[in-house]
Amino acid sequence: MDGEAILEYTDLSQLLSVLHGYGYTVIGPTLRDGAIVYDEVETLADFPVGYTDVQDAGTYRVARRTDDAVFGYTVGPHSYKQFLHPAVVSLWEATRTDGEMTIRTTPAPGAKYAFLGARSCELHALAVQDRVLYQGAYPDPVYAAVRESLFIVAVNCAHAGGTCFCVSMGTGPHATSGFDLSLTEVQGEGAHYFVVEVGSERGGEIFRQVPHRAANADESAAAERVVAEVAGQMGRTLDTDDLRDMLYRNLEHPRWEEIERRCLSCGNCTLVCPTCFCTTVNDVTDLSGQHAERVRTWDSCFTADFSYIHGGSVRASVRSRYRQWMTHKLASWIDQFGTAGCVGCGRCVTWCPVGIDITEEVRGIRLTDGALSGQP
Amino acid sequence: MSKSTKPKLSVWKFASCDGCQLSLLDSEEELLAIAETLEIAYFVEVSRATVEGPYDLALVEGSITTQHDAERIQAVRRAAKYLVTIGACATVGGIQALRNFANIGEFVSLVYASPQYIETLSDSTPVSAHVAVDFELRGCPVNKAQLLEVLTAFLAGRQPHTPADSVCMECKRRGTVCVMVAQGTPCLGPVTHAGCGALCPAYARGCYGCFGPKNMPNTAALTAEWRRQGVSGRDVRLALRTFNVGAEPFYRESERHEL
Ligand code: SF4
Ligand code: SF4
Ligand code: SF4
Ligand code: SF4
Repeated sequence: MDGEAILEYTDLSQLLSVLHGYGYTVIGPTLRDGAIVYDEVETLADFPVGYTDVQDAGTYRVARRTDDAVFGYTVGPHSYKQFLHPAVVSLWEATRTDGEMTIRTTPAPGAKYAFLGARSCELHALAVQDRVLYQGAYPDPVYAAVRESLFIVAVNCAHAGGTCFCVSMGTGPHATSGFDLSLTEVQGEGAHYFVVEVGSERGGEIFRQVPHRAANADESAAAERVVAEVAGQMGRTLDTDDLRDMLYRNLEHPRWEEIERRCLSCGNCTLVCPTCFCTTVNDVTDLSGQHAERVRTWDSCFTADFSYIHGGSVRASVRSRYRQWMTHKLASWIDQFGTAGCVGCGRCVTWCPVGIDITEEVRGIRLTDGALSGQP
Repeated sequence: MSKSTKPKLSVWKFASCDGCQLSLLDSEEELLAIAETLEIAYFVEVSRATVEGPYDLALVEGSITTQHDAERIQAVRRAAKYLVTIGACATVGGIQALRNFANIGEFVSLVYASPQYIETLSDSTPVSAHVAVDFELRGCPVNKAQLLEVLTAFLAGRQPHTPADSVCMECKRRGTVCVMVAQGTPCLGPVTHAGCGALCPAYARGCYGCFGPKNMPNTAALTAEWRRQGVSGRDVRLALRTFNVGAEPFYRESERHEL
């Protein structure tokens, strides 16, 4: 198929049916407990049609829109990490019966997912996690199993959130690659349709089975306008100029101490971050002593155990933990993986219970670049 | 006398509500396995038949509030190889530690018709204030899975795994939407020790702090945020003065807020 196509609003459910027909478990945005989260979606009725979100540092509220937009909000507390790199995974288990050991060495097989509604920052976050968990010398089998069969329907944002800064990070709002299909939602003058771009062969094969027609020049232009407008509405900005070196030369900046007074070291920022990948493993045994299991769970550089080595935690202060987090995201990640570990999704800003804002903290350090704390 | 070669378990009650012991009885599916691997030698909530010490493991519920109990805990310690406190009462003094910050004589005269019969200490103290404790399990009540972990770890000769991270870590792993951020509901999760599995936020309530302070709790920063969101100083003070009022970081922070 050449060029862009039009999928009418009323035919979106057809896309869902075709994906289900191909055996995909479709993960999409849905309203739950006062937030738009990612979960299994069966029909269009599961989508938060006509809702939006209002986000700022430490606050998130769902609100009604005046229209029927299907994707009229940004990202919520969940990310795709939940499905590709789940919070709790049993890596292997061993059972002894009559002196015989049975060992399961592989984790349970992952599901075949289609992500419907992936934003540009999400695609970049996937690419970041791919570099860590999938493309290196030691791919993570749990991640790889899900990643290989993944189908992605991207959505170009038609609205920027109060904590979004993808433009600063060069990760959005326009989804340019890494999808099978992409949709731009257009509304107005009685029309409500999606301009569709096909990003892969598989995407084309699936889309051919959904009713659609070719887009005319006006419709394509309308979609471009949507994305261009959003780019000008970012709730936050982050000056990335010289960022890595600026942070490296400010490891003793007084700002870290000041953050320590506000930071709860609760770990929320790392767990909501779509790129943070850290885990801990714990060996679990049962009462009989005949069964053992190795369980992997999400961990965070904000916990004391994270940097525990014989005798104590290397990062004993909250200041050093926050510094680890921010300098990993924005500086040492670049040395490790070639890109920043931040895609500007704004989740860490919104979901920090005390509203600590990574963009503000960087600004604070930059403002007094080179300042030294009195403390060792 | 018992001829069993299984390690001998004893369960002791001091000033408490029995909720923690009940968590052990609640472990219905595992009860058989417990009985198979441990000799339940002393557990009067379960059986009047008791076996004399010494015991390999003593689980102690409840705080020390009377002279009689202060002596009894010494005897338990002497009889036990390993002593583990279970729950907020035994670990930090429990809700009854509220009396530590008030006049016990006034309570007694108000509550009891014949106060002259009451013999009690002025403070409710944790077991660790009296004897050496090998491990402290938090919670009001303790979490069943963590209690089983304590028994399992004891049998395997290793440290129990009960991380001192925030409740938020469990909350996020569970995929719960943060009630503080999305609903403006005050939550103690960011300063509270994990262990419950972030139960309350999963039912749209703020954390009550049942497991006491986490590692390095920044109570001042959290309560400043509560106040900013409109919680009164009185409510902050009361929220921190419950089952874990005896934990220094909670009590100290509560003192900073006027009633
Ligand atoms: S920055 Fe915020 S979310 Fe992150 S650990 Fe500190 S208080 Fe928690
Ligand atoms: S650091 Fe914050 S803004 Fe950046 S990707 Fe992670 S959660 Fe999003
Ligand atoms: S910021 Fe912390 S939790 Fe995130 S990937 Fe880096 S070390 Fe891990
Ligand atoms: S609901 Fe409470 S425990 Fe859960 S993340 Fe929010 S503040 Fe933490």
